[in-house]
Amino acid sequence: MVNKKLCSPEEFEKLRKDILSKKDPNRSIVSICTMSACGQARGSLNIYQRFQEEIKHAGLEGKVEIKGTGCQGFCEREPVVIIFPEGIYYLDVSTEDVPEIVSKTLVKKEVLERLVYKDSVSGEKVAKGAEIPFYKSQSPHVFGNNKYINPRDIGDYIALGGYASLHKALFQMTPERVIEQVKKANLRGRGGGGFPTGLKWETTRNAPGTPKYVLINCDEGDPGAYMDRSLMEGNPHSVLEGFIIGAYAMGAHQGFIYIRQEYPLACENVEIALKQAEEYGFLGEDILGSGFDFKVKVHRGAGAFVSGESSALMSAVEGKVGEPRMKYTHNAVEGVMGKPSCLNNVETWANIPLIINKGANWFNSIGTERSKGTKIFSLVGKVNNTGLVEVPMGTTLRQIIYDIGGGIRGGKKFKGVQTGGPSGGILPEQYLDTPVDFDELTKLGSMMGSGGMVVMDEDTCMVDMARYFINFCCDESCGKCIPGREGLRVLREILTDICEGKGKEGDIEAIEDVAELMKDASLCAMGRTAANPALTTLRYFREEYEAHIKEKRCPAKVCKSLINYYIDPERCQACMICMRNCPVGAINGGKDLVHWIDQEKCTKCGTCFEVCPPRFSAVKKISGEPVPPPQRTKVIRKKGG
Amino acid sequence: MKKLVTLEIDKKQVKAKEGMTVLQAAKEAGIEIPTLCYHEELKPYGACRVCSVEVEKGGRVRIVAACGYKVEEGLVVRTRSPRVDKIRRGIVELIAPTVMANKDVTGEIKKLANEYGADIHRFESRFRATPMRCILCGICVRYCDEVVGAHAIGFVGRGIDRRVVFFPEEAKACIECRACADICPVCEIPCDTDFVVFSGFSVDDWLARKV
Repeated sequence: MVNKKLCSPEEFEKLRKDILSKKDPNRSIVSICTMSACGQARGSLNIYQRFQEEIKHAGLEGKVEIKGTGCQGFCEREPVVIIFPEGIYYLDVSTEDVPEIVSKTLVKKEVLERLVYKDSVSGEKVAKGAEIPFYKSQSPHVFGNNKYINPRDIGDYIALGGYASLHKALFQMTPERVIEQVKKANLRGRGGGGFPTGLKWETTRNAPGTPKYVLINCDEGDPGAYMDRSLMEGNPHSVLEGFIIGAYAMGAHQGFIYIRQEYPLACENVEIALKQAEEYGFLGEDILGSGFDFKVKVHRGAGAFVSGESSALMSAVEGKVGEPRMKYTHNAVEGVMGKPSCLNNVETWANIPLIINKGANWFNSIGTERSKGTKIFSLVGKVNNTGLVEVPMGTTLRQIIYDIGGGIRGGKKFKGVQTGGPSGGILPEQYLDTPVDFDELTKLGSMMGSGGMVVMDEDTCMVDMARYFINFCCDESCGKCIPGREGLRVLREILTDICEGKGKEGDIEAIEDVAELMKDASLCAMGRTAANPALTTLRYFREEYEAHIKEKRCPAKVCKSLINYYIDPERCQACMICMRNCPVGAINGGKDLVHWIDQEKCTKCGTCFEVCPPRFSAVKKISGEPVPPPQRTKVIRKKGG
Repeated sequence: MKKLVTLEIDKKQVKAKEGMTVLQAAKEAGIEIPTLCYHEELKPYGACRVCSVEVEKGGRVRIVAACGYKVEEGLVVRTRSPRVDKIRRGIVELIAPTVMANKDVTGEIKKLANEYGADIHRFESRFRATPMRCILCGICVRYCDEVVGAHAIGFVGRGIDRRVVFFPEEAKACIECRACADICPVCEIPCDTDFVVFSGFSVDDWLARKV
């Protein structure tokens, strides 16, 4: 085996020049998101393989490079294939499209119009990625390199200037100076709390006791969030570089990466990245000849959401059950094994190389007064363009949901947006112009969290939503403290009762009471915030709770116990489609006979509602009113018949 | 020798050794703070939250668990206040349905319910499972770990499904000990149960047999 270990800054510089000299900027590169779990699920691996075959077939071997990259952000339209150096984005690509891409775009340099982005309003076609509305308003400083990088090739990262910040920190900066830069940058923790990172680092560095530990929190588990996963899958070296710089700044020689087992591709890629970093001398003993040693161990977490809480995560790393412990002394003073420990989120670490490289002033030029830099959000739910977006702090919810996300799916009305995962809240339309930063969201009763953003439309029942999040916490919390465990149990039961039409006077007050107790007295931050989804929906959608309780009506027509399906006899054309599709045979009527639903038999599965042809729209959902009696004998005379 | 710090508990000046918890300092000063999951021989656990007290430092007031919060110079502690009482009342109301057998609570929980005016039936109708009496204070688990060293009892499940079980392989060896049974504060791990049946049985199963 060739010894690749770099023992001095000069050797590192030489390697970088070597790598760059081998890269021809005019060479065609086909970049496909094969290194993202969802890309793979949408068939990106098959497309990759097809490209290999077609390129061979066209005799372009060696002339065109096929690159398997991490997530490129525009998940709604994946698999995305990007052709460099032109920067052409092909969306929703299938294996059948590959031969034409090769013959037209790669050989003849023609753009395939049918595969490029088409504006839904103007119909204008946009081939260049930077001009697609989804990408146009983004500032992808942390996430943007994904499309250029094969995460399993450290050379790709180095070619983009990777590990130069580490080099700078080790050879041009003292540890104190690194911490000073991070403090000056006002970087705040991306995992949710928004604690000032520099301060955490300083406390850890100054805390008495050795050894010190540094940790990466990759236990992302909020429903709908996948920012950290995609960074770990797509650009693990950027996280590692920040991690090593942090270790140097804090004087830690041992690091732990806590990563959830449910992210197999991220686990695999980070292991490969660690191995390569060690081979090249960015990790291990005497890093780049600087005399600084740092080793990293990967700890695969076995899956409860609560394990992402810092003290729980540290317990897990120690080999104990991942549940929180009392934390009246900061982890920075007493963390893993009672030693000073610094835990940061994946995205926080990935910001460090940028700050070291471009400086605190540059970082401060982005964002709002108290929240600097950019933030990656996973924009999901009832929005047209789902995906990962990175925007400057202070971008409004409206810009994210409408300009980038393309508005609400199916022309429906926006109802709320859930930020901050199970600890966050749901914000209504009147706050769409809120600039998204740590403090603004907290003021409204939600929180930034790690960056999950679930958009909800008018067909979402907010009581049901609150129940969903409470239910999530019932399963994903530890159950250690009474307010957390029993509080969640009671909240779940009350919310379930309300959704099932068994809500009664005093239920809302009981929710508020229990929520307050949980907030005041729970052991950990998860318990203290777990009631937030219930509290914010009560704050902003109280009338919906009242409709459920007092009128036994679900305004969004979601809660099964409170709705009925009904066929409008004036609209029904007796086409028999719903009758044939009803799984329980609850629909009566017949050929030329208006259909009607036997409410006793109906299981409210909604099949009839879905299959009724839109031109008839005869099946209705009703809530809070009696079902009109069926007209059993009404005969339809078919139009034109 | 450890340094002494002066703090105020319920308007009383109290001297305590550095490193002591608020709970210990209060006890030495003759001020009682209720607990459910605390045990002198064990490390603080902080699960029941009944020992929640208000502490004030530098003008900032917050709620902490007295069993885990260390004394500090100049700290002001209030062991009773409307907020603290409300928390304790709430905790008793939440845990009561778990403990209830024959529609009543006993022992420490009953005492607390009377003291803080808790309505033990408030959430009874919301409790869909059979009362298991175990409040998951973890004293048996921790005693078996920290003092006996047998590691024969542990928690399984998480969230609202958390419960205590015996590990069959380890529990075979613990026929003589019975420490867990004697130490159980509320749910009385049944001492009269034939200890041979330890293997594979959970505390709940035992309790179900006893009731």
